[in-house]
Amino acid sequence: MPTTQELIAISPEIILALWALSVMFLDLLIAQSRKSILAYWSLLGLLLAGGAEFSLWGREEILFQGAFVQDNLSLFLDLVLLLATGLSLLMAKGYIKDLEMEHGEYYTLTLFATLGGMLMAGAGDLLIVFLGLEVLSLSLYVLSGFRRTEPMAQEASLKYFLLGAFASGFLLYGIALVFGSTGTTLLGGIAVAITEGGLLGDPLLLLGLGLLGVGLSFKVALVPFHMWTPDVYEGAPTPVAGYMSVVAKAAGFAAALRIFLSAFLQLAGDWTLLLSLLALLTMSGGNIIALAQSNMKRLLAYSSIAHAGYILLGVIALNSWGLSSVLFYLAAYGFMNLGAFAVIVALRDGEREYLALNDYAGLGSRHPLLALSMAIFMLSLAGVPPTAGFLAKFYIFGAAVQAGYGWLAILAVLNSVLAAFYYLRVIVIMYMREPAGQVAKMTHSPALALAIFLAVIGTVQLGLFPAAVVELAQASLFPFLGS
Amino acid sequence: MPGCKTYAILFPAMLQDYLLLAVLLVVATIFPIGGLITAFIIRPHRPGKIKGDTYECGLETIGETWVQFRVQYYIYALVFLIFDIETIFLLPWAVAYNQLGLFSLIEMFIFLALLLGGLVYAWRKGALEWI
Amino acid sequence: MDFVRLVPGFPLLGVVLVALTGRFLGRRGTALVACGAVGLAFAVALGVTGALLQTPPESREVEVSLFTWAAVSDFQVDVSLLLDPLSAVMILVVSGVGFLIHVYSVGYMAQDPGFRRYFAYLNLFVFSMVILVLAGNFLLLYVGWELVGLCSYLLISFWYERKEAAKAGMKAFVTTRIGDFGFALGIFLIFATFHTLDYAEVFGSASQVLTTGLATAITLLLFLGAVGKSAQIPLYVWLPDAMEGPTPVSALIHAATMVTAGVYMVTRTHVLFELAPISMLVVAVIGAATAFYAATIATAQDDIKRVLAYSTISQLGYMFLAVGVGAYAAGIFHLTTHAFFKALMFLGAGSVMHALAGEQDIQKMGGLRWTMPLTSITFLAGWLAISGIPPFSGFFSKDEILASAFASGQILLWLVGVITAGITAFYMSRQVFLVFFGEPRYSQHTAIHAEHRSVPHESPWIMTIPLAILAVLAALGGFLGPVLEDFLGPVFAASEARQSLPPLNEAALIILSVAAAGLGIFIAWLGYIRRGVDPKLVAARLGLVYRLVRNKYYVDEVYHALLIRPVWQAASVLATAVDQAGIDGVVNALGSIMQSAGRGLRRVQTGFVRSYALIFLVGVLLVLAISTLR
Repeated sequence: MPTTQELIAISPEIILALWALSVMFLDLLIAQSRKSILAYWSLLGLLLAGGAEFSLWGREEILFQGAFVQDNLSLFLDLVLLLATGLSLLMAKGYIKDLEMEHGEYYTLTLFATLGGMLMAGAGDLLIVFLGLEVLSLSLYVLSGFRRTEPMAQEASLKYFLLGAFASGFLLYGIALVFGSTGTTLLGGIAVAITEGGLLGDPLLLLGLGLLGVGLSFKVALVPFHMWTPDVYEGAPTPVAGYMSVVAKAAGFAAALRIFLSAFLQLAGDWTLLLSLLALLTMSGGNIIALAQSNMKRLLAYSSIAHAGYILLGVIALNSWGLSSVLFYLAAYGFMNLGAFAVIVALRDGEREYLALNDYAGLGSRHPLLALSMAIFMLSLAGVPPTAGFLAKFYIFGAAVQAGYGWLAILAVLNSVLAAFYYLRVIVIMYMREPAGQVAKMTHSPALALAIFLAVIGTVQLGLFPAAVVELAQASLFPFLGS
Repeated sequence: MPGCKTYAILFPAMLQDYLLLAVLLVVATIFPIGGLITAFIIRPHRPGKIKGDTYECGLETIGETWVQFRVQYYIYALVFLIFDIETIFLLPWAVAYNQLGLFSLIEMFIFLALLLGGLVYAWRKGALEWI
Repeated sequence: MDFVRLVPGFPLLGVVLVALTGRFLGRRGTALVACGAVGLAFAVALGVTGALLQTPPESREVEVSLFTWAAVSDFQVDVSLLLDPLSAVMILVVSGVGFLIHVYSVGYMAQDPGFRRYFAYLNLFVFSMVILVLAGNFLLLYVGWELVGLCSYLLISFWYERKEAAKAGMKAFVTTRIGDFGFALGIFLIFATFHTLDYAEVFGSASQVLTTGLATAITLLLFLGAVGKSAQIPLYVWLPDAMEGPTPVSALIHAATMVTAGVYMVTRTHVLFELAPISMLVVAVIGAATAFYAATIATAQDDIKRVLAYSTISQLGYMFLAVGVGAYAAGIFHLTTHAFFKALMFLGAGSVMHALAGEQDIQKMGGLRWTMPLTSITFLAGWLAISGIPPFSGFFSKDEILASAFASGQILLWLVGVITAGITAFYMSRQVFLVFFGEPRYSQHTAIHAEHRSVPHESPWIMTIPLAILAVLAALGGFLGPVLEDFLGPVFAASEARQSLPPLNEAALIILSVAAAGLGIFIAWLGYIRRGVDPKLVAARLGLVYRLVRNKYYVDEVYHALLIRPVWQAASVLATAVDQAGIDGVVNALGSIMQSAGRGLRRVQTGFVRSYALIFLVGVLLVLAISTLR
């Protein structure tokens, strides 16, 4: 029987679950013309959950016999998830109305997906990881096909579902093998079993760990488990694509951090080679293919793949600098990437979206504020000072150098130089090219403007005054690695 | 026992559990196949038209059996699943009710409320209407 | 002294106000906000300098930490401002001259449709430049360095509809980037060596940590940055083209402040430079060579602003000569006086152009001293100052540099300096005589101004008052010399003071350089006032030499042929080969695949997923192989 203390410690998750249900029932009572109330209601839930997270800061609670952990690491990641969710809901409000898919389920599923991510971030047991992953994934399968009359959306949803099920199978198999080897699924228990049972070289355990890695790699879209990403981003509603690119990635890295830090820290030497290879493939693959894209959503899809590769560097470095930089990168990435997606959402004429790169021509003179925001996001994604993206990259690469992976850092810098090319091309097109035909129109909406504004503030804030967030990130990792 | 030592060398401690599984697997395979073989040997063999017909809930089939089903059929199946799960969970709960105490009562009511919510949702969304 | 943060603070506030609310402020309000911001910054700069003077000379160094910018475990970079006599002098020059130029701009840009944009950029520039000089560590210095470059680019191509302006902005950006690249490498090298970017820590431990070779490498890389920013050989080519920007911009950025950033940076890092004698020599030689070289080009230019641009390059060469021989205070002194008289002359040139409807050819001017009395008188003050005629300011600072060069034993460099002084006097006199003396040669057409007056007229008071103030400073600024040297003394205390020369030698040097200046003026007087010698005849007689000088030694053409064209051609080959054949090919192929897939959409779809899953499986095998086999 859960104690009151445990219930309080897990209150953010409970609030979010109840809120998702309440949205579902409210949806039954609200007329179609007033569905946007649900958006505000959902945002209120996010705010409450976020407030609960804040009040729990520093508590370090281990709940339900170790199955769930509410420490600073999970709180930090939860806040990133909640923030990203909030931004994507602000983007979605007008969008789903204009594209005639304003159903209450959109909000319910989004909230459930976030709940899944939060479960992954706080998991103390491999089964909770799996549970969270499935809650997240199932919601995303539906959300990515939310525009169900569109063949593209159907295709995206089905592809994502098939491949996701495939990946889940591997993850589950990995969990089974780890359980077979160590006799427990508790992360802490696994670490104990490895030390006490002398399982360091156990092939069954390594196989299990490898398969776990595959399952999570799919979620964060590492090459070669990335094939679904561009197709799904393109077919999914734009706010969902933005949401997925941040939340699924953050949740995947959250689970990876949890699993590796709590359970497999002793095996660190065994996975660095593999992860280095994956990081290299992911960065280069993502960036090179992104160069040839002419569709904004596909471009950002490949760019998000490349960013997962950069983030992996911090995991490889595995020192306090590296891991706190992973957290910082996720926060920075959340702002700049969702911001870029928000600009795409803004650039539409009711139902018609302008997704081709060439549609951005002349944006600089037609919609100067929107173009300026996009320029900031692109500069940040490219890693130009003094934006959030610059510092995030600076930290991650610095950590890799410090941990002795200088060669990897050099390759990463080369990659980011390559990446600057396609990010800056967007700016060049916006400011220095005249539109060929029809001028892209912009849809005004206060919620969307707020989303873009918040994203700009976040991007600039984390670039100029990162100290507070860096300190939070470092505090999050204190129990695992010491100072 | 000398045999026991060889056994331990051949099968590391961890795999002993799996050996049990393997034995179970073999036994589980032998049983139905053995039954079928026995039946094949001892049964009389007199085929007829009615005997060879497709069995579908005791009704005669009309037309092709290889047809598309209405998607709504699956929605019905899903709604049915709600009650199915309810039963599966309620039964063991009821059996052990005396030992479980107050908390499990509350827990079960939360569970029932959630299921009921799902049913209400499906109902309101028109899943129970045959169009 | 914490108030020093307001020095960059006010201009930043100005940028925000002008950019966000300029629409509601109107022209008058915008001008008031922009000028007020810089004026307040100047007032604060005066205040903190006064406060600095109250403290004993040894402890005149205050570091104001604003916030921690980047911090991870043992590595930390603060955004901190360093106020010491050197940065105090620099912020006074930047905000003071900046304020005068802001005021002048209100009149000069009055009719321009981009009024608000102009003042937003100008305030942003002042902010960036103040950050550059007040930075307490190399990272912030770099940020300021990049920001002023950005502002320079924006302001050069301010009239971006004009093709030359857009091109000039691009040229400036690209050329200075080459220098910045070296500068960034230098900073990386410093970080790799010292594990910190803080000035105090780097300079404090430099003598123990650095070997001569490492010091030479670092300082040469840093100097490459200075060469780009301060337009020295071989990266000076962008500065003359930068004259496409509005004239007050040329005065502020391309004469008084930004281009002197290189001199400031070398002075600031003099601790490192002194550990590398070779670098010092390189700085001095490049400085002297540039001074002479640019001065010769200036003798044969007809564009009023280009003469001044080459003159600026030449004077910057003097400053590098000074810091190269270790006379840092003299370099900063010349930087200050140069800011006065060169800003004055640029603004004067702007005033002349304003009156002649934008005419820039000095051959088409003349006799303006009657129609524009105030502009002429102030311009004459600048002319005498740059020519080095006592007691005008340029005389003192230039003499200080030449004496230092002589005292350090670099007789050859000193000689180049003296000859350059003569050439400088000649080309400036040529310009003054052609513009303000003689008969008016401007046609009626160019003289007609917007107000339909038939003769050129004096500019409005808002433009002439800054001119007058600058003229006073240019005339009397030389007497600041001893004060300045005394004030800056503690900063360079560690480096050995120059050996003072015997008074007789000192006097001989002064007489020599004044004689050179006098000779230059006399030759110009002969050629352009008395017409005793026909300049055209001399030009014809000189033939090849004249053509070389007139065409700026064809350096632009050489760069174009050797560097720009090959790169451009390679790029266009790549563009056609890769972009059209490659990328377009892929795009077209994708398009046709999509079309052919139209019919059996479902089948193709499952096919795709299957191939995705196959790749996935390959990945799984790879992961398993590596994780178990190793």
